[in-house]
Amino acid sequence: MDQLFPRTAMAVVEFLEKRGVEVHYPTAQTCCGQPMKNSGCASEVDSLAGRFYEIFSDYDYVVCPSGSCTSMVRHHYHDHLSSGQENELKVKVYEFCEFIHDVLKVDDIDASFPHQVGLHQSCHGLRELRLGSSSERNEKAFSKVRTLLAQVKGLELVDLERPDECCGFGGTFAVTEESVSCQMGKDRIQDHLSAKAQVITGVDSSCLMHLEGLIKRSGTQLPTIHVAEILNGSAQL
Amino acid sequence: MNHPQAADTFLENPEHAKWHDRALWFVRQKRDKASKKLPEWEDLRDLAAGIKKHTLTKLSHYLQEFESKAQANGLHVHWAKDAEEHNEIVHSILEKSKVKKIVKSKSMLTEECHLNPYLESKGIEVIDTDLGERIVQLRREPPSHIVLPAIHLKREQVSEVFHEKMNTEKGNSQPEYLTEAARQDLRKDFLSADAAMTGVNFAIAETGGFVVCTNEGNADLGATLPPLHIASMGLEKVIPRMTDLSVFLRLLARSATGQTITSYSSHFHKAQEGSEIHVVIVDNGRSKILHEPEFIKSLQCIRCGACLNTCPVYRRSGGHSYGNVVPGPIGSVLAPHGSPEAHHSLPFASTLCGSCTDVCPVKIDLHTQLLNWRSKLMKSGYLPKSKVISMKVVSWTFRHPKVYATAGVLFRKIFPLLPTSLVYNRWNAWGKQRELPSIPKMSFREMYKKRKKP
Repeated sequence: MDQLFPRTAMAVVEFLEKRGVEVHYPTAQTCCGQPMKNSGCASEVDSLAGRFYEIFSDYDYVVCPSGSCTSMVRHHYHDHLSSGQENELKVKVYEFCEFIHDVLKVDDIDASFPHQVGLHQSCHGLRELRLGSSSERNEKAFSKVRTLLAQVKGLELVDLERPDECCGFGGTFAVTEESVSCQMGKDRIQDHLSAKAQVITGVDSSCLMHLEGLIKRSGTQLPTIHVAEILNGSAQL
Repeated sequence: MNHPQAADTFLENPEHAKWHDRALWFVRQKRDKASKKLPEWEDLRDLAAGIKKHTLTKLSHYLQEFESKAQANGLHVHWAKDAEEHNEIVHSILEKSKVKKIVKSKSMLTEECHLNPYLESKGIEVIDTDLGERIVQLRREPPSHIVLPAIHLKREQVSEVFHEKMNTEKGNSQPEYLTEAARQDLRKDFLSADAAMTGVNFAIAETGGFVVCTNEGNADLGATLPPLHIASMGLEKVIPRMTDLSVFLRLLARSATGQTITSYSSHFHKAQEGSEIHVVIVDNGRSKILHEPEFIKSLQCIRCGACLNTCPVYRRSGGHSYGNVVPGPIGSVLAPHGSPEAHHSLPFASTLCGSCTDVCPVKIDLHTQLLNWRSKLMKSGYLPKSKVISMKVVSWTFRHPKVYATAGVLFRKIFPLLPTSLVYNRWNAWGKQRELPSIPKMSFREMYKKRKKP
């Protein structure tokens, strides 16, 4: 986010400040440790989780424009922190859309994006943070991200054939299982194209980076934009 | 061969891979429709998971209850500590009755024990009678799915093997024609077999009976005709009461194929007069899993195959790519217990998307178990050195924010200057089919520092 997608991070800051939130960006922060955890190197996570606690424990809320990083802290830090520290962080770390939907309870997004948009539901945001109902479960359909996007003027969400299939990024999976990863991504892109999406959006830059890489190589016109930029009204096509 | 290599091979035929993905997605959609017709679906899952959890915590009690009730019904009960002992027990029962030929309905456990080649080496003919299982048997290959054993094959391929082995019309791949041909061919085997083998879907402690779920009726025909029926069951198949069965029967077929119930749910309690029923209860590594809190839930599995159908990796790499009798997410969780050496790539054959966990009718935390396996395999030294070292370097950098920030600045300055040939090379797996992201001039921390607060 810091190195590759600064515009997204800036959109988060701007959006929150416009809503009267006092935002700090502690520059000592680096990474939550998810790549190490998911690749099996869990012992490398301990000190990163410890740093995370040190850096963020004094804030009221920790807002993160990534479903998977948020889920890492909320659902996977129990192996790496004391239960007191873990519980303290757990209740204050929020994915960006989740924060503005559940905490700020925003229902008057002031942004316009007159395009047909396909929403990529990143898996950890969906099935670990429960930002929306998953197609596997028999539950009332809901989506916090869709609820927010529905407030954006001119934005039309397209209906996908497979509304919550994984894009195939999966961290190191993207390179260790390169062929399956790319096939999954291509199939996702095709679904969005068939649904006449002009833009793909989502809550995780990593998924979007993977899809964008495939789209660019194929020469197709289908930009990927993080949902924070659309909600902030700063999305550039 | 590890999973990524086998998956590469599978994806070399993109048309077939696409067809495979669509065929299984169709099954997943049928499952969605069936499960959503039951408003109590999520309650059923909770209940089923609870019953299984309870049973696993009192497993020896329920197994012994099952044994004594089954014996009271006149059933013969055997205990096998592993696959080898299972095969020996089965063989000794068959030998006693001078059996030369058996008909077998689908049983993943006998596949797990590699029973067919064992019995064949002892001169006993084994005929698999489930249609899909028969097809893969004729092709001399393992099943690629636990419920749909021949899902990797198109009907044209079935037509070919039937023509070769059963002399059906060359090129006739009509499903009705091929099914009828298999029926006629199998009928001879049903009539001439000396014994039958089945698996067990549920063993009921309270009654000492067991239940076999099939769609083709082959288990019933096989078990009823000859005077000897041997049923093999993993020791996790026991459930406490008859009333518990209704919970599982409602979940099983809906999860597996989207049917409300399998065509046949056959209950076996007592042998017919002049016949014998033997039950072989098999451990083969299961009791070891019972003692591993991180993995115990995997013993709740009822082998519905829903996690295979939903898995985006399974659908795009095929069952054989897992190199294990049980493929897909549940297979990747079970296989490394037996041989981490052979199966260490399986827990990494997943994006951890969690669809398996959400689809599972008995609420096994499959993607969490895959993640648990990764750390466990790392501790046992099964991760490539390159991965471990690079993760150590990255983690060290992340612990030193100044080094991290400087490295970021250097990277963003140097990287755009590099020639394409240096960036996209054979060591860059990312760039084989994907472009790398464009590099922004400034990092967020630089932008944040420079910006004026409103």
